[in-house]
Amino acid sequence: MSAIYILWLRQIKRYLRSRARIIGSLGQPLLFLIALGFGFGPIYQRAGGGNYIQFLAPGVIAMSIIFVAIFSGLEIIWDRQFGFLKETLVAPVSRLSIMMGRTLGGATVASMQGIIVFFVSLIAGFRPVSVMLLPLAFIFIFLCALLFTAFGTAIASLLEDMQGFQLIMNFVIMPLFFFSGALFPLQGLPKTLQVVARLNPLSYAVDGLRGTLVNGARFGLMTDFWILAIIVGVLMTIGSYLFSKIQI
Amino acid sequence: MKNIIEVKNLTKNFNGFVAVNSISFLVKEGEIFAFLGPNSAGKTTTVKMLTTLLKPTRGEIRVNGYDPITHPHNVRRSFGIVFQDQSLDDELTAYENMEFHGILYQVPKDIRQERIEKLLKFVELWNRKDDLVKHFSGGMKRRLEIARGFLHQPKIFFLDEPTLGLDSQTRNHIWNYIKELNGKEKTTVFFTTHYIEEADRVANRVAIIDNGIIVAQGSPQELKELTQSSSLEEAFLKLTGHTIREEEAAAIDRLRMRRKIMRR
Repeated sequence: MSAIYILWLRQIKRYLRSRARIIGSLGQPLLFLIALGFGFGPIYQRAGGGNYIQFLAPGVIAMSIIFVAIFSGLEIIWDRQFGFLKETLVAPVSRLSIMMGRTLGGATVASMQGIIVFFVSLIAGFRPVSVMLLPLAFIFIFLCALLFTAFGTAIASLLEDMQGFQLIMNFVIMPLFFFSGALFPLQGLPKTLQVVARLNPLSYAVDGLRGTLVNGARFGLMTDFWILAIIVGVLMTIGSYLFSKIQI
Repeated sequence: MKNIIEVKNLTKNFNGFVAVNSISFLVKEGEIFAFLGPNSAGKTTTVKMLTTLLKPTRGEIRVNGYDPITHPHNVRRSFGIVFQDQSLDDELTAYENMEFHGILYQVPKDIRQERIEKLLKFVELWNRKDDLVKHFSGGMKRRLEIARGFLHQPKIFFLDEPTLGLDSQTRNHIWNYIKELNGKEKTTVFFTTHYIEEADRVANRVAIIDNGIIVAQGSPQELKELTQSSSLEEAFLKLTGHTIREEEAAAIDRLRMRRKIMRR
């Protein structure tokens, strides 16, 4: 238990100390909110969609979470050679605790980032419909963060070096983001894309956030919650298995 | 004196390539043992198998009486280690790095604080304890890693090329620390190095490995007599030949390269 705690604490300390990283990773969501939000706003309104910022903000929050979460999972590649991970692998601590500590730490950091972006979106004009539902929104933020940190850890356990990094960025992270309904409504899309969106776990995180922040859940909050929770369970299991097989 | 490390017919294959080929050796409690060999001779692979990071293909290992495969945690509690690549957390302070180690090894709080202070003073880093490790020089990081490795009072201390890339002054210092800890805490020291004269100076016994096979072992004096050489370096070259070993760049070398570039 103390090992999980100390590994979690380490991630938090690292995050809070790297101000440049926090501010740097706010740039992209801010750009999306301002450029897309104000750029497509008038068209979206004329098409009868209503206020685009209201629609977009939950998607951008989800985006900032998955970027930070997957990156902190992928950090293992780096860390297993030049960092604390190697030191923990020779310590009398089970692999499961190491993986749990890291994943919980990464997920906490990604959630904090999501919450910061939530506040930034308030400045851009976003207004959540109900303060009562905010705690629920935070649960979705954490689930989303946990899911993608575990996902990053699982991938990182399979990769030897950073060569495959661009591949993951362009063929995994970006498609997950674009086909999740974060930027545009999924209604009226071609059938194939609808199926892709349905299979994308991020769709449920975006939907859950939209449901709790602006009352726009398409799949239903319970569906979103259970699908996310099940995928988190599955990915954590796969992740721990792959992580336990790492040899240096 | 009892044997603290026993290795019998140890073999490791990587997809058909035999990195370590049926080697056997013993390390006695309290001695300083050097494990020498040219590049890709199998030194690091052997250290990884002894320290539970890699599973052997065949053969037997006992570290402090325990088998790394069946009792990894008992083995892990028995040793401290300094890796070839740095394994500190750069974003944490020297003290935090020590403290994290102590918690991972379940050193009780009062003993932990006392040992951290003692060891940091010993490697002359106590006045820098609250500085982030990323501001440390290579030599300071190595000293911190040595202090950290001794925190849980291990019976054995592994060092994989501990002095690589350090100047003579720092190397000298580091060996003085290690020799002193070997004397004071009765810790067995097992190290690999490319600087043969270091092994000549500090090691009680030496094993030379080449192409996965141990070609000679004994005290530096014995090896010199065996090969009629005036220095261990000369004996080493006679035993392992003069050809340069070609190594294929592995994933780890690419990572090391990137790390060098990113530091600039």
